[in-house]
Amino acid sequence: MDHEANAFRELPVLEQLARLGRIGLGILEQMGRGHLLLWQILAGISELFTRPRLLLNQLFSVGVLSILIVAISGTFVGMVLGLQGFYILSQFGAEQTLGVMVAASLVRELGPVVTALLFAGRAGSALTAEIGLMKATEQLSGLEMMAVNPIKRILTPRFFAGFMAMPLLAAMFSALGVLGGYFVGVGLLGVDDGAFWSQMQTKIDLNEDVLNGVIKSLVFGFVCSWIALFQGYGAVPTSEGVSRATTRTVVHSSFAVLGLDFILTALMFGE
Amino acid sequence: MIDDEPLVSIKNLRFSRGERVIFDGVDIDIPRGKVTAIMGPSGTGKTTLLKIIGGQLRPATGTIHVDGEQVERLGTRDLYRLRMRMGMLFQSGALLTDIPVFENVAYPIREHTGLPESLIRKLVLLKLEAVGLRGARDLMPHELSGGMARRVALARAMALDPMMIMYDEPFTGQDPISMGVLVKLIRALNDASRLTSVVVSHDVREAAQIADYIYIISNGKVIEHGEPDAMMNSASEWTNQFMNGLADGPVPFHYPAPGLEQDLMSGP
Repeated sequence: MDHEANAFRELPVLEQLARLGRIGLGILEQMGRGHLLLWQILAGISELFTRPRLLLNQLFSVGVLSILIVAISGTFVGMVLGLQGFYILSQFGAEQTLGVMVAASLVRELGPVVTALLFAGRAGSALTAEIGLMKATEQLSGLEMMAVNPIKRILTPRFFAGFMAMPLLAAMFSALGVLGGYFVGVGLLGVDDGAFWSQMQTKIDLNEDVLNGVIKSLVFGFVCSWIALFQGYGAVPTSEGVSRATTRTVVHSSFAVLGLDFILTALMFGE
Repeated sequence: MIDDEPLVSIKNLRFSRGERVIFDGVDIDIPRGKVTAIMGPSGTGKTTLLKIIGGQLRPATGTIHVDGEQVERLGTRDLYRLRMRMGMLFQSGALLTDIPVFENVAYPIREHTGLPESLIRKLVLLKLEAVGLRGARDLMPHELSGGMARRVALARAMALDPMMIMYDEPFTGQDPISMGVLVKLIRALNDASRLTSVVVSHDVREAAQIADYIYIISNGKVIEHGEPDAMMNSASEWTNQFMNGLADGPVPFHYPAPGLEQDLMSGP
């Protein structure tokens, strides 16, 4: 035994290289699996037309049940934006543009991004845990043995529910955020009511700001649902495996959302 | 005569998980209309064997015929069609946890037939009656005991009147009463519905009680097969140890280790 250990110690570089290679291959393999699963999920889309009930149920549990956290967070983020914005803008005597600042930051960035992060924590983790536990309790195998395709029946509706719910949740986040900003800026700090809304109306562009925000949240919805389902479906079917997979869903989704946000922003708003 | 042909015929099956070889040249024939028990110590891949028969896993080499169809060669569509004629009872029951007992049993019927609701109701009630749980139809899976969950799962496995049912460790973790109920049910269903049953188990007494034929597998090979009486009085030391639950024998009590004295003295 000691002999072997020494042999490895003599070649640390090779050993490190081999480990690096293994990690790289592992990542590639994961990506391959992820894409295959995505393909199978998308191929099940016909199921949504023959059984619309499946999609409606999932829209409820993924979307409607996330409304509360999204609404509350949206309102508070908007209120904080109102406060911070007012203090900074008033130094330049520009507090009349508070509405623009609040709305632009929400619609362009905070709405899609924060909603996606909340979604990953609230709905994504729940999806992973649900699928992982269905796997651990052999429900997915059971479906397969009943000649029912679990990917079509279980994963596809959840995927599209997440994809569709995200932009709606982000819109709600932004709308309530604007109201929160209005409440603080106009209601508490005395910014002019008319200026708040009219500046916002003239400066916020439907295509440039709103549409880009919607595109972002569609992308985030796609990626977050994909990650959550992939982690759940690939989870090691034990309690430890499911808990790890749930953690990975939140971590990977957050990284993906923030990274993609930078890329999308650069593509959309760069010259 | 087609009836003489085994329903399931496995030839030269090899299968491994990573480095670990699970099956290394296994041949098993499962006769029609009989209860066949496949036994072996934990971790010998008995569940894996059922998954291979059901086409959920594909073997490295070897052939698996079920009712004349070569399972590992079937495409998805044909495989699903074949699976509609096979029932499987999972160890945990594998009931869908978000719908009540009635809906669980109705699930495969709704999925695969266009039967009207009134007929589905009658069928489900009959299946539940057969396992003695007609009164439990409105309970949710989490309200059932382990034995009841398995019986519901059995009703669900029978919902489409399959030609065979595979039982994955049906007796594990059951109290004596529900164990007795399951033993009786498996035998009764097999004879009443002219099923073919495959019972994977390491509960020797119960399995031997209902089986018409027994296969014992260990270390990736079929160790011995025959009728229960013959197996109980087997000349093979290994079979004898397994069937009678002896602590020591060809399967040693100790996990391989250096000598105790050496181990104790060499420590810090």
